Amino acid sequence: MAIKSSGLLIDITRCIGCGACSENCKKVNDLPPEIDDKLTAETWTVVREKDNDLHVRDLCRHCVEPACVASCLVAALTKTEHGPVVYDKSVCIGCRYCMVACPFQVPCFEWHSPNPRIRKCILCEPRVREGKSTGCAEACPTEATVFGDRETLVEMAKARIKADPKRYHDHIYGLDEVGGTAVMFLSPVPFEDLDFNTHLANYPLSDITWNILRQVPTIVAGGAVFLGASYWLFNRREKVKKAEQMVEPGPEKETDDV
Amino acid sequence: MFRSAVKLITPWRLIMAAFLATGAVLVFFRFTRGLGSVTNLSDQTPWGMWVGFDILAGIGLAAGGFVMAAAVYVFNLKRYRPMVRMAILTALLGYIIFIVGLILEVGRPWNMWRVITNPNIHSPLYEVSLCVMAYTLVLILEFSQVFFEKFGWDRLMAVFHRLSVMLVILGALISTLHQSTLGTLFTIAPSKMHPLWYSPLLPVHFFLSCIAAGLGMVCFESFLSERFLKHPPRMDLLARIARFMAVMLTVYFIFRIGDLAVRGVIGLAFTAGFAALLFWLENLLFAIFPIIMVFRQRLNIGRTALFVVSFSVVLGFIMHRFNVAITSFHLVKDAGYFPSWMEFVVTACLISAGFIAAGLAVRFLPVHGGETAKSKN
Repeated sequence: MAIKSSGLLIDITRCIGCGACSENCKKVNDLPPEIDDKLTAETWTVVREKDNDLHVRDLCRHCVEPACVASCLVAALTKTEHGPVVYDKSVCIGCRYCMVACPFQVPCFEWHSPNPRIRKCILCEPRVREGKSTGCAEACPTEATVFGDRETLVEMAKARIKADPKRYHDHIYGLDEVGGTAVMFLSPVPFEDLDFNTHLANYPLSDITWNILRQVPTIVAGGAVFLGASYWLFNRREKVKKAEQMVEPGPEKETDDV
Repeated sequence: MFRSAVKLITPWRLIMAAFLATGAVLVFFRFTRGLGSVTNLSDQTPWGMWVGFDILAGIGLAAGGFVMAAAVYVFNLKRYRPMVRMAILTALLGYIIFIVGLILEVGRPWNMWRVITNPNIHSPLYEVSLCVMAYTLVLILEFSQVFFEKFGWDRLMAVFHRLSVMLVILGALISTLHQSTLGTLFTIAPSKMHPLWYSPLLPVHFFLSCIAAGLGMVCFESFLSERFLKHPPRMDLLARIARFMAVMLTVYFIFRIGDLAVRGVIGLAFTAGFAALLFWLENLLFAIFPIIMVFRQRLNIGRTALFVVSFSVVLGFIMHRFNVAITSFHLVKDAGYFPSWMEFVVTACLISAGFIAAGLAVRFLPVHGGETAKSKN
């Protein structure tokens, strides 16, 4: 069965900054109604206003290959087949490495709870699983946030830029960044001007760590041989010295060392 | 017995007791009101002083354990045998403190056993956790010889002797892995760290630097041991250790500068500003000053000089780990983090506990010398 991985397309040119997305997010996810001015454990999406009268949503990007998922040592964070990156508190140890790893600074922590959880947007996973749209996309009055499967959204974004190149800066943020994200953005100005992280490579961050971790078996094997050989060499020298006449001529290598 | 108990009360011990008492209260708050009530951590600064100091620096400084053990048991450098047990003890205490620190540091420590049942082999932190567990076990086994000797369990001692080399090699391998992997942790955040500290080769930086720092700590604690436990330092051995440390520091420093040059960011070290200042202060303390001091004096290095050098190495090393874990992030995006006084007190508390445990171990167990060593203490 071909499950399409869903995502969001956020068109900054269409956003009027009404904040309906944040409000509905609170409702559908049972979060306290107060909306903070940045992402917190209880506010999973915010709309920030830039001085050039643009409104920019912030939320989890649901990366195709998420750094948080790779970094979580107990797999408390997982990427579901439907697209959302979800969290399971029953295994989480609260190490907060996901927060260090996330290039978008999305996961938040319940700093004042004795039983703290990592909290972040889950792309309305229970709704998406049932084929429904996310709370934010449903509430958006201008269709600045559109829900759909990622492939369709990419086509939609490309078509919009093509149809009106003057309106858009020619880049889909999230198409390739860190190997692609499910939440993508279109903007009238370069993303740098909107304080987006524009220093990201086009491959998943987990590639970096995995390429290092892959070496572990080699390092262990090499190290074991090196240390074992050193032990044999340095201790044999002594034994040989102690009982010189008892030594039988061994292979060439050994005699070299004597 | 009673008289010796009275003698146990000294100004230093009173200070440590005060730390421990305050620390206990803070730990209570931490577990009832959350990490935010005692630390200045935030969603923008998820890792702070406890990770930088208690974990990164603590583990690194404990590297003397595997380096000294490998020197004696694998490379057959018998002259260092009198120092091995103390190095292993330091490492063991370091790891125990680290584990205690970790229980305070993570948000949901009751789930820590999940590392066993829910492994994610793609996570560098999983590898660190697994190695730390395994190595602590190895350290306990390595240190068990001290108990065997103390209680005259000759049979167990014989078993230990037959297994010692295997244990030491295993310990060295595991240490190599997790010391370097502590550096790998940070390779996942290239865009969030200042390029003077970020490097895809951080695991190599961490490994090279921990060897030098571990040896620095071996020297440093010899002086602490003299000051507090009246145990005279073996200057002959320390001078040789310092020389090897200086060699390792040189290798590290060349690698550090070379890495910056290859990545084309060396210019940042010469761009006036806070980052360059931190960079040079760190490298001056950790590498440049110690290397010059040791190589100038060779084996004739004096007590005071060696004390200053080892202190400088330890300090510079801590600074490097802090810079990687905390400062380099803030140089890119300042989140205004400075540790709270409570974070300092809990850290001081852990160090005090380590000192007390080390003091008790030296007092009651044959830690110094032992086996073939007939030192003059």
